[in-house]
Amino acid sequence: MEAVRVAGVSKVFNQGAVNQVDALVDIDLDVRKGEFVSLIGPSGCGKSTLLRLIADLIQPTTGEVTVNGKTAHQARLDQDYGMAFQQSGLFDWRTVERNIELPLELKGWDKPKRRARSAEMLTLVKLTEFSQHMPWQLSGGMQQRVAIARALAAHPELLLMDEPFGALDEMTREHMQAELLRICRETGTTVVFVTHSIPEAVYLADRVVVMSPRPGRITATVDVGLGRDRNELTREATEFYDRVTEVREALRGTHVGDVVAGLEDR
Amino acid sequence: MFPLAFVFVAGLWEAYKSVGPEAGGKVLGIRLLPRTADRAMPHVWDMTSRLGRPEVRGGTEAIWQVVAAATWYSFRVALVAFVIGALLGIGVAVLMARFKVIERAVMPYLVVSQTVPIIVLGPLIIGLMAYGSRDLVSKTWIAAIILGVFLAFFPVAVATLRGLQSTPPASLELMESLAAPWWRTLVKLRFPAAIPFIAPALRLAGAAAVVGVVVAEISLGVPGGVGRLILSYGQDASSDPPKLYTAVFGAAVLGLAMALLVVAIDRQLMRRHPPEAT
Repeated sequence: MEAVRVAGVSKVFNQGAVNQVDALVDIDLDVRKGEFVSLIGPSGCGKSTLLRLIADLIQPTTGEVTVNGKTAHQARLDQDYGMAFQQSGLFDWRTVERNIELPLELKGWDKPKRRARSAEMLTLVKLTEFSQHMPWQLSGGMQQRVAIARALAAHPELLLMDEPFGALDEMTREHMQAELLRICRETGTTVVFVTHSIPEAVYLADRVVVMSPRPGRITATVDVGLGRDRNELTREATEFYDRVTEVREALRGTHVGDVVAGLEDR
Repeated sequence: MFPLAFVFVAGLWEAYKSVGPEAGGKVLGIRLLPRTADRAMPHVWDMTSRLGRPEVRGGTEAIWQVVAAATWYSFRVALVAFVIGALLGIGVAVLMARFKVIERAVMPYLVVSQTVPIIVLGPLIIGLMAYGSRDLVSKTWIAAIILGVFLAFFPVAVATLRGLQSTPPASLELMESLAAPWWRTLVKLRFPAAIPFIAPALRLAGAAAVVGVVVAEISLGVPGGVGRLILSYGQDASSDPPKLYTAVFGAAVLGLAMALLVVAIDRQLMRRHPPEAT
C-alpha cells in the first residue's frame, strides 16, 4: 500500500469566475512508505497546493487523494500526518515542551504520557535543555526544530513539509537538512517536502518531482539514487552534482516568471 | 515617583493660590482663571487636616473613615461592574467571531450604544427596572452596576473581537491539519493569541467601570458610595470648603486602586507572551 496516492487530481480556484486559475491539472503521484519525495518548481507551479490537497486543507476539483489507503479527509481526522510550514507557527505563550505536546493534547493523551513523548522528541531534535524556554527565546533554526518535533510528536508515518527551512540562513539550513535526514532514518517516516532549492531537493530526496506552472503539472521525475547514508561529503560528490544538473535541466523546460499575481505557491 | 508627583501637584496648587486673582480672572474676555479665595481653593494643609476631623460637628468618626468606607463601597460596586462587563464583552466577542451574522447584526448597535450620554441612562434604568419608590433607596446600586457594565464591556468586546480575528493564518492551518474542532481552536489558539489585544482593553474597562459607577452615584444619588459624598459635601462648600476635597481624594484613591488592579491583571495575563508584543 502506498503512503500517498494522488490520482487524476486537478484543482481550479475561482471556478467560473473571470479570475479562474487552473492551479493543478492531471496530477498522478504515488509515494511509497518510507520514501522521501521533494516537490520542486517555480513559484505558482502549485507545489504547495498539492501538499495542501494531500493534507486535506483544501479539496481537489476532480480526482482522488488517499493517504495510508484512506481518504485524505479521514487521514486528517486520524492525525495520520504531521505538518511543518515555513513559519514555525509555534505558540508564543506555550513553552517548547507544551508546543510539542499540542497534537497529543488534541488526541486526548494524559499528561504523564505527553511529558514522556515530548522528552523523547526533544532528545530527537537535540533540544532537551530548552524544554522550559519560550519559543521567542530561541533562534530561528531551533524554532524550526521544535516545529519538526511537534509535527512528529504523535509518531505519524507521514510528514508534510512546506519549505520548512526557507527562512533560515545557508549554514543553519544545511545543518537542519542533515538533522531531518537523521530523524527520518531513525523513525522511518515518509516525507513529502516542498522546496524551491535544487540542492536541498536533491540532498534530501529519494525522488525529486519537478513541476511547472500554468497550469500546474508534473513535468519530470528524477530518481536521486544517492543511497540513504548521506553526509556533508555527499554535497561534494560527482553524483550529487549530476543529479542537481539533471533537476536544473528539467526545470529549465518549465516557464519561469510572469506568474499570476496572488497565486504564488498556491 | 508617586509621592514626588503628589508633592509637585500640591506645590503647583499652593503656588497658583498665592499669585492667582482672588475673584478669578479673565483670559481674552473669558472667565478662565480659577478663584483663589480660601472658599474656592482651600490650602492643601487645610484639606489634609480636615481628613482627621469629624464629618459633622460633634460626630465621633473622623471624616477620612467615612470617606474610606464610601470609597471601599464604590470600589466593590465598580469591581463587580468591571468583572461582569469584561466577561460580557468577551462572551459577545466570541459569539460575533463564531457567527458572522451576529457580528453584522450586533456591532452597529454596540457602536451606537456608546454614543448615548451615560448620564441620561441612570434615570432610564431606574424607570425601566420599575423600582418602587420604596426600594429605590436600597436598590439603586444595581443601576450603578448596570452603568459601569455598560461602559466597561464595550472596549473589551471590540478588542476581543479584533484579537480573535487576528490569529495568524499559519497557526489556524496547523490546528486544521490537527483536525481540531472550532472550540478547541478557540481555547488553545484564538483566545491566547488574542490576549495582547484583550489586556489593554481590560485597563480601559477598569477605568470605564469606575466612571460609570461614580457618575451613577452622583446622578442618581446612590447612597453609600463616594459619588454621593461628593454630591452632599458639595452642598457644604460655602461653610466648609475643604470638606468637598476629602471626598475628591476618595474618588482619586478609587480610580488609583482600580488602575493598580487592572495593571496587575494585565501583567499576569501577559507574563507568557513575548515582551515586545504590546
